[in-house]
Amino acid sequence: MAVLNEWAFIGVFFSIAWVFPFLPILGARLLAPRKPNSIKQSTYECGVETVGDTWVQFKVQYYIYGLIFLVFDVEIVFLFPWALAYNQLDMFGFFSGLLFVFFLFDALIYAWRKDALEWV
Amino acid sequence: MEQAVCDINHLAECLVQSGVNRDLANLLLSLGGAVLVATVPLVTVLFLILTERKVAARVQDRLGPNRVGPFGLLQSVADAVKMLTKEDITPNGADKFIYNLAPIISFASVILIWAVIPFTPLHIGADLSIGILYFVAVASIGTVKIMIAGWSSNNKYALLGAFRTIAQLLSYEVPMVLALLVPVMIAGTMSMQEMVQVQGGMWFLFMAPVAAVMFFIANLAETGRAPFDLLEAESEIIAGYNIEYSGFKWGMFMAGEFIHAFTACLLAAVIFLGGWWGPGVEQVPVLGFLYLGLKTAVVYLLALVIRSTVPRVRIDQLMTLNWKWLVPISVGNVMITAFLLQVVKLLGLQPQSGDLLAALPQTIILLLGNLVLVAIVVQALRNQGRAQRLADEAAKHDDEQTAIVAVGD
Repeated sequence: MAVLNEWAFIGVFFSIAWVFPFLPILGARLLAPRKPNSIKQSTYECGVETVGDTWVQFKVQYYIYGLIFLVFDVEIVFLFPWALAYNQLDMFGFFSGLLFVFFLFDALIYAWRKDALEWV
Repeated sequence: MEQAVCDINHLAECLVQSGVNRDLANLLLSLGGAVLVATVPLVTVLFLILTERKVAARVQDRLGPNRVGPFGLLQSVADAVKMLTKEDITPNGADKFIYNLAPIISFASVILIWAVIPFTPLHIGADLSIGILYFVAVASIGTVKIMIAGWSSNNKYALLGAFRTIAQLLSYEVPMVLALLVPVMIAGTMSMQEMVQVQGGMWFLFMAPVAAVMFFIANLAETGRAPFDLLEAESEIIAGYNIEYSGFKWGMFMAGEFIHAFTACLLAAVIFLGGWWGPGVEQVPVLGFLYLGLKTAVVYLLALVIRSTVPRVRIDQLMTLNWKWLVPISVGNVMITAFLLQVVKLLGLQPQSGDLLAALPQTIILLLGNLVLVAIVVQALRNQGRAQRLADEAAKHDDEQTAIVAVGD
C-alpha cells in the first residue's frame, strides 16, 4: 500500500508539473498585447531575408554520436541491476560485470579506431 | 477510541477520523504535498537569477542589480512582470502545437526531479525505490524539449542550436549515469532517502571523488553552463534553440534552465555530500533543510564561478573531452570501485554500523583506488601534452627549413 501511495504521489506530481508552467503562459496570453503582422512574424536570421527551407538534411556525425550513445545507454540500463545487487555478489559477479563492460567498451574502441569520434 | 494526533505528520489519520474516505484523504494529501514541493523551485528561481547575476557581476568587477528593492532583491519580480506584458510572437511556418508545448515541457521536466529529493529525514516527496533511475529518466526529457523547440521554430539558428544540443546532451548523459553507478554500488540502493542515510558515517565524496567530479562536469554540460554553453552561444548562433521565443514562453526556458542548474547541484549535494546529514539532525529533522541548503549553495557557487571565468570550448573539443576522456575514465572508475568493493568484502572491512570509524577502512581503500585512477589519467594527459608539443615543434622546424630554403634561393 505504501509503495502504491508513493506512485500515486508521482502521478499527482506529473499533472501538477504540467499545470504550473502552463498557468503563467495563459496569464501572459490574457495580459500581453497581441497585434501580429507578417513582418513581425517573419523569421529573423542574419539581417537578410531567410533563404531556402529550414528543415534541411543534417550532418551524419550527429547520427553516429547518437548510435554510440545508444550502445552505452543500453549498457547502463543493464548495469544498474548489477550495481544494485552488488553487495550480494562475489568475485564471479565482478568478473562477469568486467566481461560485459569489456564487450561493450570495445565498441567504443572500434568507433575510435575507425575515426568515428573525430569531428570533421 | 483513541484520538489521533492532528499535526502535519498525521494529517491522513486525522482526515479519516473526521469522516473522509481513506483513498480521498490520501489523494488530497498527495495533492497538497505535490503543490508544496513544486512551489519551492518556483520561488527559488527568483533568487537564483539574482544570485547568478550578482556573482557574475562581482567576478567581472561590477555591482550587479541593486536598484529594485533592498540589495536588488525584487529585480527578478520586476523582470517577471515585464515578461508578462511582452507580446507573444509565433513565427511564420512554425509548428504551432509543438512550438507552444516546448516551454511547458522545459519547466515540467525540471520540476519533476524535485519529487524524489530528500530534504530532511522526514520530508521527501516520494521515496521511490528507483529514485536514481527516476532522476535519469526525467532529466532526459530535457533533451526532448530542446529538440522540439529548435525544430519547430522554423529558424536555421534554432535548428543549429538543437543539433549541437542533442549531440552535447546525449553524449554527456553517458558519463553522468556511469558516475551515478558508483554510489549505487557502494550504497546497494537506488532510493534517494536510503542513499543519504548510508552516508551517515562518511560522505560518498570521499569514497568516490572521481565519480563526484565526473557527475559535476557532466552536469555542467547537461545544464548548458559555460564552458559547455554551446547550445545558446550568443556569439555563434545568437541564442540557439530559444531564438524565436518571446514573453513568458522564453521566460519558461530561462526559469527551467536556472532551476535545472540548481537541481543538478542539489543532486550532487544529496548523492555525494551527504544530503541532510549534519550535527543534531537526528534530534531536529528540520535542520536538514539548512544543511542541504548550505551544501547545495557551495556546489552552486562553484558552478557559478566556473561559469563566469572559463571561456567556451569548441564542439570538437567538447566531443573529444567526453568520448575520449570522460567516458573511459567513468568506465574505469566503475570497474575499479567494483574490484575494490570485493577486496573490502574479502578482508571483512565492510562498515557494520553507521558511524565514522566503521566506514573509515572502506573509505581509505576506495580513496586509494581513486588516487591510482587519477595518477593514470594525469600520466595520460602528460603524454598527450608531450605529443602535442613535439608535433608543434616539428611543424615550427619545418617552417624554418622552408624559410631558409626560400632565403637561399
